[in-house]
Amino acid sequence: MEGVEKLRFDTEGILAPLENTGRRFFVACGLLLAVIAWGGYAYAQQLIHGLSVTGLNRPVNWGTYIGNFVFFVSISLAGTLISAILRLIHAEWRRPITRCAEVITVLSLLFAVVNIGTDMGRPDRLLNCILHGQFRSPIMWDVLSINSYLAASILYLYLPLIPDMAILRDRPTGRWRWLYRILAIGYCGTEKQHKWLERIVSVMAILIIPIGISVHTVTAWLFATTVQPVWHSTIYGPFFVVGALYTGTAVLVIIMALLRWGLGLKSILKDVHFNNLGLVLMAEGLLVAYFLLCMYLVEITGAEPHIMKVVMSEIKGAFAVPFWLMILVGILFPPLFLSMRRARTVGGCVFAAAIVVAAMWIERFLIVVPTLTQPRLPWREGVYAPSWVEWSITAACLAAFALLYMLFTKVFPIISLWEMQEGIEHGMSKVRRRHEGYLPERLEKEKS
Amino acid sequence: MAEQPSRRGVLGTILSALAAPFLLPGKLFAALRSPRKPKWGMVIDLDRCTGCQSCVVACRVENNVPVAGPELNEQDRAIFWMDMLTVPEGKYPDLRTQFIPVPCNHCENAPCVKACPVHATYINEEGIVAQIWGRCIGCRYCTTACPYSRRYFNWKAPVWSESQKQYLNPDVATRPVGVVEKCTLCHHRIRARRMKARLEGRELTDADVRKLPACAQSCPADAITFGDLNDPESEVSLLSRSPRAFKLLEELGTHPKLTYLREAKWKE
Repeated sequence: MEGVEKLRFDTEGILAPLENTGRRFFVACGLLLAVIAWGGYAYAQQLIHGLSVTGLNRPVNWGTYIGNFVFFVSISLAGTLISAILRLIHAEWRRPITRCAEVITVLSLLFAVVNIGTDMGRPDRLLNCILHGQFRSPIMWDVLSINSYLAASILYLYLPLIPDMAILRDRPTGRWRWLYRILAIGYCGTEKQHKWLERIVSVMAILIIPIGISVHTVTAWLFATTVQPVWHSTIYGPFFVVGALYTGTAVLVIIMALLRWGLGLKSILKDVHFNNLGLVLMAEGLLVAYFLLCMYLVEITGAEPHIMKVVMSEIKGAFAVPFWLMILVGILFPPLFLSMRRARTVGGCVFAAAIVVAAMWIERFLIVVPTLTQPRLPWREGVYAPSWVEWSITAACLAAFALLYMLFTKVFPIISLWEMQEGIEHGMSKVRRRHEGYLPERLEKEKS
Repeated sequence: MAEQPSRRGVLGTILSALAAPFLLPGKLFAALRSPRKPKWGMVIDLDRCTGCQSCVVACRVENNVPVAGPELNEQDRAIFWMDMLTVPEGKYPDLRTQFIPVPCNHCENAPCVKACPVHATYINEEGIVAQIWGRCIGCRYCTTACPYSRRYFNWKAPVWSESQKQYLNPDVATRPVGVVEKCTLCHHRIRARRMKARLEGRELTDADVRKLPACAQSCPADAITFGDLNDPESEVSLLSRSPRAFKLLEELGTHPKLTYLREAKWKE
């Protein structure tokens, strides 16, 4: 196994955080911890007074927490998309991106689960899901698929980490070497080990795609299997997958830009990566727009009264402002913006991605709330605005997500060292060989 | 010459011989089964209802539903197992209001039962959609799934004043914060009445249960009738076959065991 000094690219930005901690890091940690502590206080209030401290009521008995849950689940597709799909289609530009995408997946699933916990009236009875689990309920399907996805994505994050652990273990000095020794599980880069690792990673890459898609689909079924207007729709499963692609990629772009700025990874996370992800984001935005068109056009022309009540509350009722902001600014503008080559700079991509993340949070909120405000029987219409507790817990979840992400970069290399090295050593010849395979057989005389 | 058996006759014999093992045991077991279980249902006659809301009050007192107070009511968090839906009909000046008392519909194909992840809500063997408050995890998926909005979540721990505590019904458990509760068709009253009937050496009769739930008992206009839908001669069975009968949101296929009666055609 070659050591760190054999790596033929600038590893300063990746490895320096493992050794030294700057003041900037402590300031950021302090700020994030303050937000998390405030969220903890808010949650304590909720534990003491029950869910009455939220803005929830009857009939709007699901709100921000469930919206957050769907939002965090949707971010989790980033890891699957970038690392598994791009790995399988041998896209060489994936190499520096895979790990930071996989970390997003693991952490976002964690916070999806946290948001389910905060939404529960009796979190102390969580174990009942195992003791009395009833698999007729889509909630149990979700428990099953999210846990499988969490387990699979932790494994999928860990496997490609093994060679890097070995590289870091073999350094003469440095922190955390005891941890790397354990995590490297005796890997020393022999040809046989390398071959097996590649094989297992490919199998996991194939496995994780259906598991990932199942998570988004099942989360959609949570809504679609009820008989409630708008929710009860066959398009919800694939629509959630497409929305998750869009959100996940946008979050990835933002986190990559933060890493590039925070760790000085300009020479690794290059402009071309942002350009490519910008194109991916553009295509996904158009897909989301297409799905929204399919949903709303069919619902409006069908004009079933209960469904129309919900749709009209979005188009020109209580939810009109967020709805049109989401459609015009969040779904239609980013693809148009990103279609311009000049706009796909780092700054441009981050700008578009930030809009997308905000819009897709609103989109998740608008999936959950408007249907609930319009009960089928002529009861009083629902009114809902999140309370300070819900906002605080949402902010704390985002802060905790950021904090855990930062801590990960302090212990593990956020760019896959061995995959980068492999790209430099073998990537060119692999691509050349593949490309030659596509070309027609050349004439004999030309060969000679 | 002996008569040739017809082709149809032969086929018929073979088919019935083949089918017999499947058909007979069903009939045999049906005869051997324990006495028929009741399937409780309710009929509310809207042409009789005056909208006095005594059913709403009686239900609240009987089932220890905490007094909501203006604050919870303002926040849309008050609990009403039996609630009064008021629907204005017509246009001014020909305006009238239809009052509809709505308890749980006790659907046979209940969306809430399919939703519950922990089997805290289920259809019991007498057709009641029951709720186990001790097991409910408070996810509110049932509340979300119920198309009638007939399920209530305890946003706050219930508060009882000293005087209220004295008249809590000992037959009904109070519910803790964070769980969902709902109409039980006063199953504690059914059980008590059955016990009494058995002590007298007989089974429950229609006359025993006709006005059994608190809402039915308190209705001054005699608009609410309760009874066994499995008994074709019971009053609920007869009334639910009335040409005036309809059910709420019938088109959703939930098959409520609660039937309404109204002369004019009902539209939601």
